Amino acid sequence: MEILVCVKRVPDTAENEIEINSEGNDIERDDLVYSVNEWDNYAVEEAIQMVDKHGGSVTVVTVGDEESEEVLRREMAMGAENGLLLTDDAFEGSDGRGIAALLKAAVEKGNYDLIMTGAQADEGYAQVGGMLAAMLDYPYASLVNMIEVGDGKLKVGREIEGGNMEVNEIDLPCVLSIQTGINEPRYVGIRGIRKVASVEIPTLGASDLGLDAGSVGEDAARVKRIDYFVPEMGEGAEMLEGSTDEIIDKLIELLKSKGGIK
Amino acid sequence: MAQIFAYILHSDGVLDDSARELLAAAKKIDAGAEVTAIVTGKGIDDACSKAAESYKSVWKIDNDALSYPNAEVVRKALLSLLPADGILLLPHDTFGMDLGPGLSVKLDSAFAADVVDIEGVEGNTLKTIRQEFTGQVNTHVHCDISAGAVINIRPGVFQAAEGQAGEVVDKSGELGDLSAKRKFIEVQEAEAGEVDITKSDVLVSIGRGIEDEDNLEMAFELAEAMGADVSCSRPIVDAKWLEKARQVGTSGKTVKPKVYMAMGISGSFQHMGGVKGNPFIVAVNKNPKAPIFQVADVGVEADILEFIPEITEKIKEL
Repeated sequence: MEILVCVKRVPDTAENEIEINSEGNDIERDDLVYSVNEWDNYAVEEAIQMVDKHGGSVTVVTVGDEESEEVLRREMAMGAENGLLLTDDAFEGSDGRGIAALLKAAVEKGNYDLIMTGAQADEGYAQVGGMLAAMLDYPYASLVNMIEVGDGKLKVGREIEGGNMEVNEIDLPCVLSIQTGINEPRYVGIRGIRKVASVEIPTLGASDLGLDAGSVGEDAARVKRIDYFVPEMGEGAEMLEGSTDEIIDKLIELLKSKGGIK
Repeated sequence: MAQIFAYILHSDGVLDDSARELLAAAKKIDAGAEVTAIVTGKGIDDACSKAAESYKSVWKIDNDALSYPNAEVVRKALLSLLPADGILLLPHDTFGMDLGPGLSVKLDSAFAADVVDIEGVEGNTLKTIRQEFTGQVNTHVHCDISAGAVINIRPGVFQAAEGQAGEVVDKSGELGDLSAKRKFIEVQEAEAGEVDITKSDVLVSIGRGIEDEDNLEMAFELAEAMGADVSCSRPIVDAKWLEKARQVGTSGKTVKPKVYMAMGISGSFQHMGGVKGNPFIVAVNKNPKAPIFQVADVGVEADILEFIPEITEKIKEL
C-alpha cells in the first residue's frame, strides 16, 4: 500500500505559553518551540505499521518553508521512506482550502492508495482532510481510531461522542483523518534523525505542481484571520494566594464546605 | 441576505442541544432571518415537528439511506437541495467535522469551523470569532460568503434561542443519487471500566501536568484521602496510562460531580464539555494562562507534582 501522510510544523503548546505580539496581528513566534502536530505523529505511526504488515511505502508531505523540513526528517526517522516539501512564496496566506488544493496537486503527481492527515492542528479547523477528499472525489472518514485492511477497502472506526466507535467500510483510495490514541507513536532519538539527515527531500513549487498562483495563497483565501486578541475574561477563578501551607489550608476548608472531603 | 440553514442532530425523536444553539447563531448572522432547519433520517416525523416548534421552516428529508447520518450520504442529499449561496450551520462535533469541510468544497462555499461567536455580516463578509491554541488566544476571522458558506458552530457556547413555530416541508422526493463509497456498519459502545466516574460525587481529574505514568500514584493517594475517584483528560488515555472509561470530555464520559479537581488540566472545550451539573471546580496548573482558570471557581498556580503530595499529607492529618 502506498500511503501519503500530510503533516504540519506547529508551535508546541505543551512547551510554550502563547503570547500575542504588540501589533496584535500574530503570536510571538521568536522563542517558540516548534514540533510536528501531535495528531500527525499518530497518522505517521499508523501508516508505518500498515506498511510493515502489508508492504508498500510511506511518504510524508508538508506545506511550509525550509524550517518545515525538520518535521519531515523527524517523521522519516520514524520510518517514512520519502519526504516531500511543498514550498513557494505564492503559497503564503493560503486558507484551508488553498492548502487542500496544494495537497491535491501533490497527490496527483503520485500514486497513493491512502492519504492520511491528523484530525486537526494548531488552528483547530479540522478541515484539510475532508476538503482534500472532496477535491479528489475520494471517500473520507474523520477522527479515525481504528483501521483494518481488507481487499480494496478498509474497515475504519471513528471516535464519536461518549467514547463510542462508529465502524465504517470505506473504499480505497480514500482519505482518513487520524485521532490521537489510535496507536503509540514510536520514540525518535537524535541518532534516528542523524540517519536521515542527508536524505534528499524534493521540493515542489507552484509551477511544479501545475498550479495557477491565483488559486492558492492569500488572494485566493476566502477565510482570513484578521487579528489575534485576548478574550475579555469573565471573573474567572478566585486565585488562592499566600504560602503553600496557607493555600492548602484555605483549599481544604473550601473543599470541606463543598463536600469535597468525605 | 442569503438564506440560512441549520442542520438538526436528533435521535429517537429528541433534538440535540445544538438544534436551538444553531438558531441562536443564525440570529447573530441576521437577526431577522427566517431560518430553515434541515432534518434527515428515516421515520423522522417526531424530530421534524419538534424542530418546527422553533424554526419557521423545516425541511424533512426522509430516506432509507439516511437512517444513520453517514456524512457522505448526507452530503449528497444536501447537495441536491441547498442553494449555491446559502449559509449552512452545523454543530462542530464529530458529525459536523466529518461533513462540513468536504461539503463546503462541493458547494464551492467558504468554510469556518469551531466558531465561538458571530459579530454579524457586512456586505459579503461574515465576521466570526474563533480560538486557537486550545483556547489560549482568540482570533477575528472573516469569511467571504459571496458564494455561500458552511459554518461549524462550537457546541455549548451559544445560548439556545426560542424561535417561532413554523411548518414542515417534505423534500424527500427531490433527492438525487445517494450511493456512497463509505458504508456505515455499526456503533460499538464504549467498554465499561473498573469505576463508573459518571456516578462519582468527587473527582480528582488528572491531565498532562502529571508528566509521567509513575506519578499517577499520587493522584490515587489524594483521591483515597478525599474519598474521591480518579478521572483524567484525553492525553492520559492516549498515552494508555489510564483506561478510556476514566476519560472526561465529549469523546469520553460526561460527569456530574459536586466537586471537580482539575489537576494539571488545561481545560479545552472538549474536556469541559464533559463536566456538567455546575460542580465546584478547583484548578491547579503551573500555567497561569491555562483556560481552565476561566471556568474554575478556585485556582492555584502550582506544579501539581509538588502540590498533590503536600495537600494529600494535610488531608490525611485531618
